[in-house]
Amino acid sequence: MAKPKIATTSLAGCFGCHMSILDIDERILQLVELIDFDKSPINDIKEFTGECLVGIVEGGCANEENVRVLQDFRKHCKILVSLGDCAINGGLPAMRNTISLKECLDEAYLNGPSVHNPSGRIPNDPEIPLLLDKVYPCHEVVKVDYYLPGCPPTADTIWQTLVALLSDKPIDLPYELVKYD
Amino acid sequence: MSDNLETVVKTICTGFENDKTRMIDIVRELQECLGHVSDDAMDLIAEQVGTHRVEVESVVSFYAFFSKEQKGKITIRLCDDIIDRMFGFERIKQAFSDTLGISVGETTPDGLITLEVTPCIGMCDQAPAVMINDEIFTELSGDAAVEIVEQLRAGIPPERLRRRLGDGNNSNPLVSAAVSNNIRKFGEVIFAPLECGNALRKALSMSPNEVVRAVKTARLRGRGGAGFPTGMKWDFTRAAEGERKFVICNADEGEPGTFKDRVILTERPELLIEGMVIAGYAIGAQEGVIYLRGEYAYLRPFLEDTLQKARNMGMLGNDVMGHNGFNFDIRIQMGAGAYICGEETALISSCEGLRGDPKNRPPFPAQKGYLDCPTSVNNVETLCCVARIIDQGAGWFSQIGSKGSTGTKLLSIGGDIRRPGVYEVPFGMTMHDVLEMAGGTGAAAVQVGGPSGELIGPDMYDRIICYDDLATGGALMVFGPERNLLEVVEYFMDFFIEESCGYCTPCRVGNVLLKQRLVDIIHGQGEPSDLTYLEELGASVKATSRCGLGQTSPNPILSSLKNFRPLYQALVKEGQQFQPTFNIQNALSTAKDIAGRPSMHFAE
Repeated sequence: MAKPKIATTSLAGCFGCHMSILDIDERILQLVELIDFDKSPINDIKEFTGECLVGIVEGGCANEENVRVLQDFRKHCKILVSLGDCAINGGLPAMRNTISLKECLDEAYLNGPSVHNPSGRIPNDPEIPLLLDKVYPCHEVVKVDYYLPGCPPTADTIWQTLVALLSDKPIDLPYELVKYD
Repeated sequence: MSDNLETVVKTICTGFENDKTRMIDIVRELQECLGHVSDDAMDLIAEQVGTHRVEVESVVSFYAFFSKEQKGKITIRLCDDIIDRMFGFERIKQAFSDTLGISVGETTPDGLITLEVTPCIGMCDQAPAVMINDEIFTELSGDAAVEIVEQLRAGIPPERLRRRLGDGNNSNPLVSAAVSNNIRKFGEVIFAPLECGNALRKALSMSPNEVVRAVKTARLRGRGGAGFPTGMKWDFTRAAEGERKFVICNADEGEPGTFKDRVILTERPELLIEGMVIAGYAIGAQEGVIYLRGEYAYLRPFLEDTLQKARNMGMLGNDVMGHNGFNFDIRIQMGAGAYICGEETALISSCEGLRGDPKNRPPFPAQKGYLDCPTSVNNVETLCCVARIIDQGAGWFSQIGSKGSTGTKLLSIGGDIRRPGVYEVPFGMTMHDVLEMAGGTGAAAVQVGGPSGELIGPDMYDRIICYDDLATGGALMVFGPERNLLEVVEYFMDFFIEESCGYCTPCRVGNVLLKQRLVDIIHGQGEPSDLTYLEELGASVKATSRCGLGQTSPNPILSSLKNFRPLYQALVKEGQQFQPTFNIQNALSTAKDIAGRPSMHFAE
């Protein structure tokens, strides 16, 4: 039987959650025994090659490309996991949610005290994805099955979760792993 | 700060012996006197009774009938209950609003009249109803609303407005209310003829233990809805240590759709007083409190008079009925428009002059209740039953009704029926028979026990009114086939959101989330998994809330999901590309405008 596949992505995140995935250290050798990676920054596969068992999403949706990727993940992954606080709540990027989009762009490219922009233009190349009106947590865009809180969630949390999902057993996260205050 | 305000505050506070546990009464009197409780007034009260300003402000801000802002001399409160909505609430709201030239929540520029809405005021059998200051007006039409405003503008005070007085004691000069009793069925316990003093005399000839034993033998259970055995509650209170003990009568009948206590208080207050004195005798209490909901303030002068008559007859005061050493008296504590205060620990908080916050249990009120003394809180109807049990005998009482549910139950029936009103029936009737009796056989659904109860449909009309099946405090709201039941559910959720005290998160936040998802579903934006979401979140709110409000607030959604699932299923759609609430085009429209180009990924 072919090994189940896992896909990962970072949307409006800082890649910190992916760093935390790598923090499983030598257990990654055990992991590749158990699974194959599909689309993921870890192996740099850009598009899905087929159906996956688990999709792990870091970051919320700040622009249309994030939405497209997230939609793709929902379509291809049986189980979708929001990894970390940005995916779950919007996180730091969502700090812009109380400010209008126009004001954000003006501040970033025209009015900010450290801005050097002699052209006075806001970047508008067709390649640049359009921003959404605000940053959305993933579950407000598509259905999400599991949430792993943390900034970032620890490697042990991620490991325990993957093992539980792959072995189809109830997840056992000791209190210390999900306590953050 | 005017000297006048200082004098007023001082007089009022002194009138309550500068006792901060009487904060509700102090604030209530000041509100009545000045139309608001200003920042200055709160400082003065705090100083006068020796407490912190925040204690005063927490009371002023908590209760619906108090306000920091200046209200008009007259406050018109429209009863915004689901039954009132069915019978013309919008029409009379419009009429008042048009005639006054203001919308709800505003005061006329001349400072005369404030227009507000309030949840159920206990007049579901004669909707639509309004409160004008403490006066009640029922079965209003738009024309009547216009006429009322004209009279008020002409300087006629609310208590002198033209109206037809109701039947029975409603026409008593001390009540003089345009309220009808609508007693449709007289039973043998509550509404049977009364010979004042008989029960009390018999009780005093027994030992307190024998009284409790009689109540136990009668298998009397609490009539408020929870059905706790009354004798057991009294045993606990009696056994608890404490010099002072209290009997509190819960007359904060706030469960929308319930109005039976209103009728008892109007027609059988003597029976209630006797019941309270007997309770006091049984548990060893010297003091009783009737916690009367603010909406029933119009009954207060009458009840005070009835208490005075009882004192004159020796039923209250020192050496009750000549029984040496047994002293008992009763005071009335007014509520101020807070549903949560019907919950017994919140009610105790309110009596103590605090916000109506529920308390943690244990300790139970029987051990540590009002002013930390052992307290038995009983429903109006329960205490009336007690008096009859002592008078007529436990054996007589336990033969009425069904095995697990002895005696009679008052039902408050309103909505789409021909004969709305109060029915005293023995426990054990089927819903089918109840509906036939009240003239509502074509009903599509019945809400049993108010919003916190259960919504049942025709396939369940063979269920029985008793503690083991359809347990209820007595409210039955009947909905005809033309009513939109999900709108009813939405209204009930709004009610709980409004009335949550906000102390615990599951109730404060959970109910809002439940309602939002329900509204999404009603608007066709739901998918099948949302029904599971509602069920799971509802179960969490029930399991983790601190008091009975949160523990029952998801019931409108949960019971309609259980009993009327097809209504929901018809509205939810499978397989949507995004979450139903997410609209990619809306989310992108600002950026498209700014960039002046279409989306690369999502063409319109």
